[in-house]
Amino acid sequence: MSGIPHDHYEPKTGGEKWVHKRLPIVGLVYDTLMIPTPKNLNWWWIWGIVLAYCLVHMIVTGIVLVMHYTPHVDYAFASVEHIMRDVNGGHFIRYMHANGASLFFFAVYIHIFRGLFFGSYKAPREITWIVGMIIYLLMMATGFMGYVLPWGQMSFWGATVITGLFGAIPFIGEPIQMWLLGGPAVDNATLNRFFSLHYLLPFVIAGLVIVHIWAFHNTGNNNPTGVDVRTGSKEEAKKDTLPFWPYFVIKDVFALAVVLAVFFAIVGFMPNYLGHPDNYIMANPLATPAHIVPEWYFLPFYAILRAFTADVWLVQLVSFFTGGIVDAKFFGVVAMFGAIAVMALVPWLDTSSVRSGRYRPVFKWFFVVLVIDFLGLMWVGSQTPTTFTSWFSLIASAYWFGYFLVILPLLGLIEKPLTPPATIEDDFISHYPDAAKAPAE
Amino acid sequence: MIKKLTLSALAALVLSVGSAAAAESEAHIHDVDFSFEGPFGKFDQFQLQRGLQVYTEVCSACHGMKFVPIRTIGDAGGPGLPEDQVRAFASNWEVWDPELRDTRTALANDHFPESALPNAPDLSLMAKARAGFHGPFGLGINQFVKGIGGPEYITNLLTAYTGETTEMAGTTLYENPVFASGYIAMTPPLSEDIVEYADGTPATVEQMAEDVSAFLMWAAEPKMMARKQAGFVGVTFLALLAVLLYLTNKRLWAPHKGKEQH
Ligand code: HEC
Repeated sequence: MSGIPHDHYEPKTGGEKWVHKRLPIVGLVYDTLMIPTPKNLNWWWIWGIVLAYCLVHMIVTGIVLVMHYTPHVDYAFASVEHIMRDVNGGHFIRYMHANGASLFFFAVYIHIFRGLFFGSYKAPREITWIVGMIIYLLMMATGFMGYVLPWGQMSFWGATVITGLFGAIPFIGEPIQMWLLGGPAVDNATLNRFFSLHYLLPFVIAGLVIVHIWAFHNTGNNNPTGVDVRTGSKEEAKKDTLPFWPYFVIKDVFALAVVLAVFFAIVGFMPNYLGHPDNYIMANPLATPAHIVPEWYFLPFYAILRAFTADVWLVQLVSFFTGGIVDAKFFGVVAMFGAIAVMALVPWLDTSSVRSGRYRPVFKWFFVVLVIDFLGLMWVGSQTPTTFTSWFSLIASAYWFGYFLVILPLLGLIEKPLTPPATIEDDFISHYPDAAKAPAE
Repeated sequence: MIKKLTLSALAALVLSVGSAAAAESEAHIHDVDFSFEGPFGKFDQFQLQRGLQVYTEVCSACHGMKFVPIRTIGDAGGPGLPEDQVRAFASNWEVWDPELRDTRTALANDHFPESALPNAPDLSLMAKARAGFHGPFGLGINQFVKGIGGPEYITNLLTAYTGETTEMAGTTLYENPVFASGYIAMTPPLSEDIVEYADGTPATVEQMAEDVSAFLMWAAEPKMMARKQAGFVGVTFLALLAVLLYLTNKRLWAPHKGKEQH
């Protein structure tokens, strides 16, 4: 499967040959597991495994929850309480699932920013990147619909607000919103379709994860230097890489155990930390909560949505030139989706000839600011708007777009990058000087 | 409908101004050192029993607890009443039986009745549906040691009445700075010695408020002790596994990093 030359599976016994001729499945698994992996991968590369684990974790706990959950506006809330009180281990499974979503997003954000720093999106890994972005979008859809299922106050009002965003689209917005909801407002029809999709989408994600892995197994992993593995011969490739099994599996699983220890501490000792108290009140269409706050993983984009209010001159300008068709609400929605779109398009926005941020002295600083910007947006998204927060979110949103649309295209042309090491082996030896004299196997 | 809901929701968030936040953070909720806080905290069984008594004799006149099965007051990790007492306790309640289309004496398998007073909220989950504090700096990390402050909110609410009242739309409201709007429709439910504790604990207002709050925390999170234990076991095993994997990994990579092998 991989473009890096390496040993392939050879069936030996008669039985193996028999199977291999008919279905080369053992070979597929072998080649996938033994893929040559750059030996200089650092700890930022462990989150892929954490994410794979998260998907399985969510599907397994989710399937158990579904066995006891009732998707009906009159029973959903009570059925969750039934899970919490009567189902064996149900309370723990539910908290694992609810907090598992947060772990999933925590991991995906680190994974994405890892890619943004080390240039993992750059040629020839554009498809890996785009598929990853689609996975991320589906994760958001799944997470959002899952939050609706317990049918608490935040479930209901969150669903009302988010589907209301679609209603902001001029002309076709209202029919779309009605279609999403299955009626004029969030109700039983909404709950049922969200439940159906919440069950379906994870399997779509699983399919896309396979494509994602397939894509980067074909190009080979990126690595902290951004330098390609030498593919001239098997011997050369071997100097730059080690097989995924056992070297990276053990390393990644070690990291996973550390991450999960923290995760279990949260589930065991503060399982409602990332939830909202209002979601322990059953949905009530007649009582609007004082604040409607989305889950933490939506906050940065939610902040961008809210940043563009009617008193921002850019919004007024656009509104004026479109004859009011694009109002502040729609502008905010476009900005929110646009913020994700520019991230998805980064392979074509970054003009730098050097892949890894390690060798880009100026880029580094802009990247650090981007991370701070993202965290700042997350914070401001959770705040009740004041004059200060509206300025803050406007500036922070501007930087987000500026980074992708202005800084990356220009910086690649202006900046004078450092020279990356010639080979991955050189980088590895510079970290582990003794490796030079080590007998490679 | 669609317009109205969306509009009010959007109004609540896209345009909302400081008022809501201000109202919420007005009263400072003082911390109570409950026995069940922190990773190793446990419910105090006797406190839960006292709280159950306060709930039964006072709060249940108006409030319900419809998500809580009566039998669970016999569970370990809760008030832990013996089985015969649970059955006797159940027989004190009347519940609505949809099959009989009538009320009947409750059995242990029934849930506590719903609120008797329509505007008194159900208390099953009250201790998780209110957050007393979210510090430090609004990050909420102190949950790890103090919980979310739900039971503290209830204790504070029950003891914060100023004695002032006001009239609104024909109902009397009682001044209570802990309640979001400052005036609450609930008459001050507790007064000195309104219950007589079987274990002889003096029934001060503060004592009863803490006991019933602890009980409501249990009602909202009956599996808390089991959960903390499972969490502890999980963390311990994973930490152990992590150490073993760390050593395996180190050994595995040593020859390739040119390091001595042990
Ligand atoms: C006389 C009837 C009555 C009794 C007895 C009573 N309550 Fe209430 N309670 C109410 C009503 C009515 C409300 C709704 C108040 C409002 O919304 O203004 C309420 C509200 C509450 C709230 C919710 C406050 C909030 O933040 O919304 C809590 C908590 C509460 N009661 C706890 C208790 C406890 C604990 C007891 C027993 C010690 C108790 N109540 C006894 C009538 C009562």
